[in-house]
Amino acid sequence: MTKTNRMAYDGVVAVCPTTVPYVRYSKESAHWWIARALGDALGAAGLASRDLDGFSVSSFTLAPDTAVGLVQHLGLTPRWLDHIPMGGASGVVALRRAARAVQCGDADVIACVAGDANHVDSFRRMLSSFSRFAQDASYPYGSGGPNACFALLTDHYMRRYGAERADFGRICVAQRNNALAFPHAIMKKPLTLDEYLAARPISDPIALFDCVMPVAGAEAFLVMREADARAAGLPAVHVLSTIERHNAFPDDPIQMRGGWAMDVDELYAMAGVKPAQIDFVETYDDYPVICMMQFEDLGFCAKGEAASFVRSHTLEADSTFAHNTSGGQLSVGQAGAAGGYLGLVEGLRQLTGQALGIQVPNAATGLVSGFGMINFDRGLCSGAAILATARSASLSVDSAPA
Amino acid sequence: MTDPIQPPPRKDPQKRTRIPVRPPVERSRTGTQLSAFAAEGRFALQRCAACGQLQYPAREACARCLSMSLDWQDVDPVGDVIATTTVRTSTVVYFRERTPWRIGTVSLDAGPSIMCHLHGDCGPGDRVRLINRLDKAGHAALLALPLKDTAHMEDDELLRELTCDPKYRRVLITNGRSELGQALAKALSDAGASIVFVGEAESWRPYPGQEALRAIPKVEVLPMDVTDTDSLTELSGEIGGKVDILINNARYVRPGGIMDRHDVNFARDEMDVNYLGLMRLAQTFGPAMRARGADGVNSATAWVNLLSVYALSNLPQFGTFAASNAAALSLSQCLRAEMRSGGVRVLNVFSGPTEDAWHQPLPPPKVAPAALARAVVSALKDGLEEAYVGDVAKDLIDRWRASPKVLEREMTEPDGGA
Repeated sequence: MTKTNRMAYDGVVAVCPTTVPYVRYSKESAHWWIARALGDALGAAGLASRDLDGFSVSSFTLAPDTAVGLVQHLGLTPRWLDHIPMGGASGVVALRRAARAVQCGDADVIACVAGDANHVDSFRRMLSSFSRFAQDASYPYGSGGPNACFALLTDHYMRRYGAERADFGRICVAQRNNALAFPHAIMKKPLTLDEYLAARPISDPIALFDCVMPVAGAEAFLVMREADARAAGLPAVHVLSTIERHNAFPDDPIQMRGGWAMDVDELYAMAGVKPAQIDFVETYDDYPVICMMQFEDLGFCAKGEAASFVRSHTLEADSTFAHNTSGGQLSVGQAGAAGGYLGLVEGLRQLTGQALGIQVPNAATGLVSGFGMINFDRGLCSGAAILATARSASLSVDSAPA
Repeated sequence: MTDPIQPPPRKDPQKRTRIPVRPPVERSRTGTQLSAFAAEGRFALQRCAACGQLQYPAREACARCLSMSLDWQDVDPVGDVIATTTVRTSTVVYFRERTPWRIGTVSLDAGPSIMCHLHGDCGPGDRVRLINRLDKAGHAALLALPLKDTAHMEDDELLRELTCDPKYRRVLITNGRSELGQALAKALSDAGASIVFVGEAESWRPYPGQEALRAIPKVEVLPMDVTDTDSLTELSGEIGGKVDILINNARYVRPGGIMDRHDVNFARDEMDVNYLGLMRLAQTFGPAMRARGADGVNSATAWVNLLSVYALSNLPQFGTFAASNAAALSLSQCLRAEMRSGGVRVLNVFSGPTEDAWHQPLPPPKVAPAALARAVVSALKDGLEEAYVGDVAKDLIDRWRASPKVLEREMTEPDGGA
C-alpha cells in the first residue's frame, strides 16, 4: 500500500448534520438560507452563536457579499473564517480545512455552511456570469450551461467505454428509490428505467432525469474537538483521510477522469482501509456519468468498467453497493453550493445512525466524494474523504496496517 | 449533404416579424481578440512566445510555463470531432428559438480541444476544419466544417446564421452609373440574390453600360441619389422593408489636397457623397434593416461600405478624398454599433486605387471593378466585417498594423512610400 506522510485528523470530529429542507423556488436570499442552517446546526449542538469561533461558507448567490459580509450580517465574531467557492467539492474541502484548524487549535468550533437562493431566473443569470472561460468559450455555444458541457463528456464516455444510457439509468433509478424514503427530496414520484429512457431529451445523450433540479436550500455541519463533542453527548464522526485536487490531467482532450485518480492511493493509505471495507459511497452526482468516473477513479472498478459495475450491482442504500443513500442531487435537488454538502451531510447522518431515509445497515465507514466547477469544458475541483463513526474509528486506526 | 434551402415564400404582412435577439455578448478583453480575427475570417490561437504552447481559451499567461509573452498565430484548423451533442433547451432566448442546435468538441491536431458549433455535415469521429466567424452578437464563433466540401453545404442553417450569403436575399446597390456599381450588380446576381435593386441618379443623363445593367437578370433600376434625402426617403418607403443587403458604393473623388486648391468646394462635395451620403442612407434604410435582422431565410444581414484604404492613412495626392473616407470609416463604426442589436453586419471593403478615370495618373497595381465586386461577394459569404482588396490595400493594412506613424511618414513622400 502507498506510504503517506500525512498527519491523521486525530481528536477532531464532525457533528450535527443539518439540512434546511429544499424548495424549488423561494423569494428568500442566500443569507436567509445560510442563517437558518447555521442556527439549526448550533441548536442541535446546544450552542449559541457566541460559542462559535470558526465559520466556513460556500454559496453562489451571496453577491455582493462574501463570508466577510455574512459575519456582520449574522452577528458572528469568528477568529477563523473561510469562503470556499468550489461548488460540488465545497463540502469535502470545508471539512478538511476545518478539521486541521480545530486540530491545531486555531479554532474550537467551526460551522461549515453551504446554501443558495433560487429565484425565478436566477439560474440563467448565474450561468451567464459563471466564469471567464465559460463567457469566452462555452456559453456562446448554445448557452446550454452545464447540461451541454456534460452531454459532450457523456457522449465521449459512451463512445469510448461502451456505456449505454440504461447504465446511467440504473444509477438514477436506484437514487430515486433511495429518495422515496428521504423526507427532504424534491422528487417524490417513483422512477422506472423505461421512464428514464423515454424522458425528454435535454442535450443528447442527456435527458431530463440525468439533470439535477436547481432548488433553494442549505446544508451544514460543525467541526469540533472530540472531547467537546463527547462532553456534549453529540454523535460524532471521525475523518480518516481526505484528498483535494484541482485541474487534474489538463492535457486530456476531454474529461475522462477527475483528480481522484491522482490521489486515490493516498486516500486509502491514510485511512488504512481498502475499497472493499467501505460501507457506503456518496458520490457527487450532478450527472450520472460523473458517478461512473468516481466509481472508477476511487478504486471500486477499473477505468472504463463502471458500466459493467453498475450492471452487476444494485445501488440502493440497503443493497450490495450502497450509493447516494438519500437520493443524491438527482432526486433531492441541487441547492447550489449546498449540492456539494449533500453527500457529506448524508454521510454524517449514516455514520451516526441518524439517517432520515434508509439507514445503511451497520454503517461504520463511508466514502464521500466531491466534484465542482465546470469552468470551461470540464469539472476542475475534486475531493474525497473517508469517514468513520467515532467509536469504530479508534478501532480501525489501531488495527490499520502500517 | 445539406438540404438545399428553398426561396422564401412571399411574406404574410399580417404575421409578426421575429424580433432580433442576440447570443451572449460578454467576453473578456483578451478573448475579444478572437472576435477581431473573426472580423477578417482568420482562425488564430494564442501562442506562448517562450515555449511555443498553443492555448485556448485565451489567457493572460502561458498555462504551461507562465510566460506573459503571448501572441496570436494563424493555426492549421484541422482536427477530430471527439464528442457531439444536440442542445435542445437553452437558457438564452436566441438559442431557444433556434434549437435543436448542434455543438461538439474538436481535438485540434495543433493541440487544444475546442468547443464549437457543428455544420450539419459533421458528426462524431469526423475530420473537420474550424472556421472563425462572427455571430449575431458580433463576437467570435468557431464552427466545424467537413474537411471536404459537401453538396449544398453553404445552405446549412448555422453557417448562414454566421455569414451573409446573398443567396435568396434582396440587395440594394447605390450607384448604377459607375462601372463598379454595374460590376456589383452582375456579381450579386450571379451569387443568387433574388432581387438586385440598383440606384441610379440623374436618370435623364445617359451613361456607359446603362443598357447592359438593365439586361442583368434580377436587376431593377430605381431612381436614387445619396445627396438627396427626399429621394432616399421615397425609395426606402417603397423597398426599405425588403432590403437584406445594402451596398454603398457611392463615391465622389477629385485629386488634390489643401494648398493647391483655393476653396472647399470639391472637399464639400466629397463629404456630401462619401460621408453624409452614408449617413443619409443609414437614416433612411438602417432602421428597417435593423428590425429585420432575424426575419428568416431572407433576413436583413449586411450593410457594405466600399471605402478607400487611404481612410486609414492619408494619401496627400488625394488628400481631401482620403479625409472624407476617414470620416466615412468613423461613421461606419457608429453604424456598426447601432446595427449590432439587430444582428446586421457592417462590412467595410477597403481597396486602393481603382481602374477609373480619376485614378488615371496613379501607377499600377490598381483594382479592376469586377475583381472588387467578386471580393465583396466573397466577403459576404465569409461573413466578414473587414476586407482588404488588391495588393495596395493589403500592403497598406500590413504597414498600418506594424506602425501607423511610420506609415504616415512614408505616405507623405511624393511616391507614397511605395
